[in-house]
Formats: sequence, C-alpha cells, structure tokens
Amino acid sequence: MNAPMTDEERFRKENPMSEFLRMERMPHIWCPGCGIGTVVNSFAEALKKSDLDMDKVAVVSGIGCTGRVAGYMKFDSLHTTHGRAIPVATGLKLANPDMKVVVVSGDGDLTGIGGNHFIHAARRNMDITVICVNNFTYGMTGGQVTPTTPTKANASTTPYGNYEYPFSLPFLADACGATYVARWTSLHARNITNSISEALKHKGFSFIEVITPCTTLYARRNRLGDGLDALQYYHDDSEIVHGADTREVDIEFQSKIKMGTFVHREKPTYLEAVNTHYANVIGDEYQLYGKTTPEREAEKKAQEQANQGSK
Amino acid sequence: MRKVAADPKGVDSGSHFMDGDHALAEGALAAGCRFFAGYPITPSTEVAERFAERCPHVGGLFIQMEDEIASIAALIGGAWGGQKVMTVTSGPGFSLMMENIGLAVMTETPMVICNVQRCGPSTGLPTLTAQQDMMQVRWGSQGDYRIIALSPDSPQECFDLAIEAFNLSETYRVPVFIMTDETVGHMHEKVVVPPAEQIEVLDRNWYTGPKEDYRPYDFTGNLPAPMVKAGDGYRFHTTGLTHDERGYPAGSVEVHKKLLDHLIGKIDNNVDKISKTEDSGLGDAEVVVISYGITSRIAAKAIADGRKAGIKVGAMRLITVWPLCENRIREIASKVKGIVVPEINMGQVVLEVERVVGGRCKVISVPHAGGAVHDPEVILDAIKEAVK
Repeated sequence: MNAPMTDEERFRKENPMSEFLRMERMPHIWCPGCGIGTVVNSFAEALKKSDLDMDKVAVVSGIGCTGRVAGYMKFDSLHTTHGRAIPVATGLKLANPDMKVVVVSGDGDLTGIGGNHFIHAARRNMDITVICVNNFTYGMTGGQVTPTTPTKANASTTPYGNYEYPFSLPFLADACGATYVARWTSLHARNITNSISEALKHKGFSFIEVITPCTTLYARRNRLGDGLDALQYYHDDSEIVHGADTREVDIEFQSKIKMGTFVHREKPTYLEAVNTHYANVIGDEYQLYGKTTPEREAEKKAQEQANQGSK
Repeated sequence: MRKVAADPKGVDSGSHFMDGDHALAEGALAAGCRFFAGYPITPSTEVAERFAERCPHVGGLFIQMEDEIASIAALIGGAWGGQKVMTVTSGPGFSLMMENIGLAVMTETPMVICNVQRCGPSTGLPTLTAQQDMMQVRWGSQGDYRIIALSPDSPQECFDLAIEAFNLSETYRVPVFIMTDETVGHMHEKVVVPPAEQIEVLDRNWYTGPKEDYRPYDFTGNLPAPMVKAGDGYRFHTTGLTHDERGYPAGSVEVHKKLLDHLIGKIDNNVDKISKTEDSGLGDAEVVVISYGITSRIAAKAIADGRKAGIKVGAMRLITVWPLCENRIREIASKVKGIVVPEINMGQVVLEVERVVGGRCKVISVPHAGGAVHDPEVILDAIKEAVK
C-alpha cells in the first residue's frame, strides 16, 4: 500500500494553479499576509481563462519581493536588474512579437528606479502588460520609503513620517499614454483576474495597479495590524469608480481607495505605428517588421501559390 | 556553431567611402543583426543613424530608447527573443550600461556593444578621441567576469570586426565589445563589403531536444549550452542571481564557484581561438611596440622611422585586446630588450603587459591624456629608450 501523501506532496500535486507555477521552486519567499501571492493567483486564473498559447507568454520582473514572481511562474521568464523589467520586456516583445509579455514588479522597482522606462513604454503604447504590486514600500531591503508611500506614513528612511508627495500611478500612466489603466486591492481577487484578462486581450500598454499589504514592514511600522486588518481596510474603505478621472484617484494615508477600470482606449501600438508609418513613407520597399508566425506562414503560402499559378 | 549564409538583404556589397561608424552598422547588418536599441551620444551616433536608415529596407528594427540603461536592457530581452542584437555608445553612456553588462554576462546573453571612445572622465573633452575605457570594459560591472573586446584601426576593420564580434558573441554567449575611438569612428576610408556568400556568419547553437531535459546553462568552463528563444515552449528561466544550470536561483558558495569558474573559463580556456593580433618585424626585433586601435597607426610611423635609424623594432597590434594574448607577449618579452606600449590613456593596457612580462624585459608606457593622437616622435623616443 502506498504511504499517504504528505501535506507538501498534496500541495504540489493538487494546487489548482500548479500548471502555471514552478512547483519545484516552492515554498516561495513571501511573508504571511503579503498580497503578492493573491496577484500571482489572479494572474494564473486569468491565464487559465484565456485562449492564449501558454508557450507564447513571458513574464519579466525586476528586483524586490515582487521581482521574484518571474522565478515562480512556469513561462519563459526573466528576472532582471532593479528597475529594468520594462526595457527588457520591450526588447523581448520587439524581438519576438508573437509573445504576450507581462511585467510583474513592485512600486519601487517600476516607478522609482524604473520610472523613466515606465513613462516611455506608456508613451510608446508598447504592447505589454504591466502589473504593479503596490505595497508602498521597499520590502526586500527592509521597509524604506518609495515614490508611492503616502505622505505622513512611516518608513525606515522616513522614521519621523514621510514628507514627500507620492505618485498616483493611474494618473501617471494615463498622462503618459497608457491605453488601459486599472486599480484594485488584493482583497478584490476576482476583479484583478478580470482586469488582467482584459489587459491580456488589450493591444497596447496596459497597466494594473494592485494595492497590497506589506504586513512585515509597512503595516507593522505604521501600526496597521496584520494581513486580515489590511483586507478589512480594503473592504471598508474602497469604492469602485469605473472611468474615474485619474486626477482624482490619489491615495492618502489610510484614505479611501478609488478603484476600477479608469482608462480603456484604442490607439495603434508601437509596432503598428512602425509598420504603418514605414509602409506609408517607404512603400513597397518596406520589409514589414514583426509579423506574427501565422501571418508570415500565410504570406509564404500565398507567395508559393502565386508562383505555382504563374508556371 | 552553425555556419549560416549571410542574409544578402543586409549586405551592401561593393566598394564604399565611409567612416568607421557607418562601417560598424554595415558590419552588424551583414552579420545578421536585425535589432538595435540605442541612445544618441557623440561620437557614436552615426552607427545608430545608419542602422535606423537601413533597417526598414532589410527587415530590421531600430528603437531609440529613453537612455543607455534601457538600450542594453532591451538587448537582453531581444537576444532571448531570438535576435542578434547590438547597441552603440560612448563614454558617459558606457558607464550607464555597466550594471546590465553584468546581467548579460551572468545570463550568458550574446550581444555586441560598440564603444566609440571619447575623452573623459565625465563629460571630459566632448568629443575628442581617447582609449580610456579599456579597463572599464573589463571590470566596469560589479563582480568577477570575462568579456571579449576588439579594437579596430580602420573603417574597413570596423566592418570586419563587427561580423567577428557577432560570431564570437554567438559562440561564447558573452557580450562582445568593439572598442573603437572617435578618430577611427569619424575617419573616412575605402571599405570593401564582400558579396554575401563570402561572409562567414555564425549562429548560436539552438537547443532542439526534449523540453524536460532543457537546461539554459551548462557549467563546463568551456563552450556554453545551446540557447532557446522565448516562445519555443521551453519555458526557460534566467536571473541575475547566482543560479544552477536550470537557471534557478541557488544561493550557495559551491554553486557560485562553479558558475564563476564557467564564466571565466569559457574565455580563458579559449584565448588562443579568440585572440587575434597583427604582427610585423618581430623576427629580428629588439624592441616591440604593442598597441591597438588608432594608436597602432601612429606607432607605424614611429616604427618606420626607427627602422630607418637602424633600430630593430617590430610591432604587435592587438586586434583582440581582451582576453590578452599573454603567452605570446611572454614569448616576445623573452627575446627582446624592451616593449613600448603607447595608448591614448594614462597607462591601462600597459599594466597588464607589465604583469605578463614580469621583468623579462623593459616595459615603457607612452601615455596620452586624450583629446588627440600621439605625436609619433614621442613613441620613437620611447623606442630609442627601450633599445638602450
């Protein structure tokens, strides 16, 4: 008789998301009460529901707690340098436009050290999805202030409270040209899933901000309780305002959180703009860049048929 | 390595009158590079401009990124996306690239980076010539590693070495640097682009075996594992963290040593295959001038004058600066009275030459603070000093 499965064996075998996770890498490094796992789960759920070819999905992360997402997801995945997930994702997408490239990283990584890349990818309407896990803190280095930390909140490098003005990320993304912008909290797992589904279908730069608790550092330092207290706060003090003016969705310390799909518009992506522009100005001489494999195959087939017809 | 035919679309065969920068772009296109991410900086910008102009006609893509950090990051994504990739920069931009050069080394990502050197530190003498980044290219990113650096002395060689750089980078899965300078970059000369079928292009080894057996890395201390590209279904993982052969983070001293031994060994164990020099007059030489890039053309005048004056002086031009051909230099050192090393910096490569020579003969540095090439007289004086 076989020995009964241990809890760990059962977890590895029966985890509903195991097909999307590198189960051999478990257990992960995230703390109890952290929101990153929720985001990963919602991302996996959205992929499960999608009709994407899973071999054509790539996950790119920067550095930090959320930066570890790329290492746990069973896709072509690149764990890069601090702040540089977006330009790496840009290179990957442009080198192989068949790919659906998703960046998952933290607030410090994407909008602090990587802020320049964030605004330019949005400006170009680069066809990638960026999921920002915003816990208002640099977790891996021990709870320092980030560009999104609300004014007055305490951080290890603002031990007397934060006196800077934070970024409102949906406003930043919107202003820079992102064509899909949404925000949720980690309590709203289904909404996150739905937003990621929409973003995966969307052509162009899609941005999803997920407000999450950092229980070990941000919450403890600001005496906000544990993970459950954070979810209670998200439950009591969040409201859905789809289509909200992004100028009015700032988050202050423990203030009401406006969330929803704020921006959803159509605009040619970077590669569409490249191809349209060159086709217009160079004409027939232009070697169309970045056609997908099916497009290329169809073209080749048509060419062969035309050749046969002329014989 | 897979030898592949050069794609004739990218090969502009014939005789041209062009500068080194334009020749670099043509060499990259001939080598099959179809993805270029860059940021403008004098005196390297013409490489990017040429590529931007040519790529819509050859099925390539040029993207001007927001800075040099983004440019080299995009190359890492581009290379794992399956492309041959290149960027070009100069002094300040080169400094900005350093962190991700380390990532490229660590993840064994093939790419070619041209540095058209200008005079520093900092903004320095914009944008006059120099060879001051020769140590930075070797050590500029944190940690221990090896790279390959080539140094062309003419526009023709810019073309030739661009192809060579891609071939080396595909073979060893390492960033390969073309360390040219403002003088060669902006010098116009005849450049002959051969017919496509005469150009030898090497393509990285592609893994085609079973998915479950795929390992992105193989720590042999010699040739690297074959690569896959994103989208082929192998679900690779790559990280800047110390990793095992599956690419997974592995934070142990033992794995780290194995990884470093490999990154260093794959270059050090192949120096003889990688390294190229151009030698002249070594047979009877009592003094040898070791130089690279534009300085070797100035040295040629000094050497000719030295010979006229009856001094037995020869030349070794380092086409490959890193890895340094240590054994060959040691051989020369045991036969001559002195070695002279002129370079447009305050003495960089000479430090390595001194170490390698180890007192076997005199080593005379001929430094130059930058902004211009040497006066051949100064090199001739050093030759006279060396022969005493």
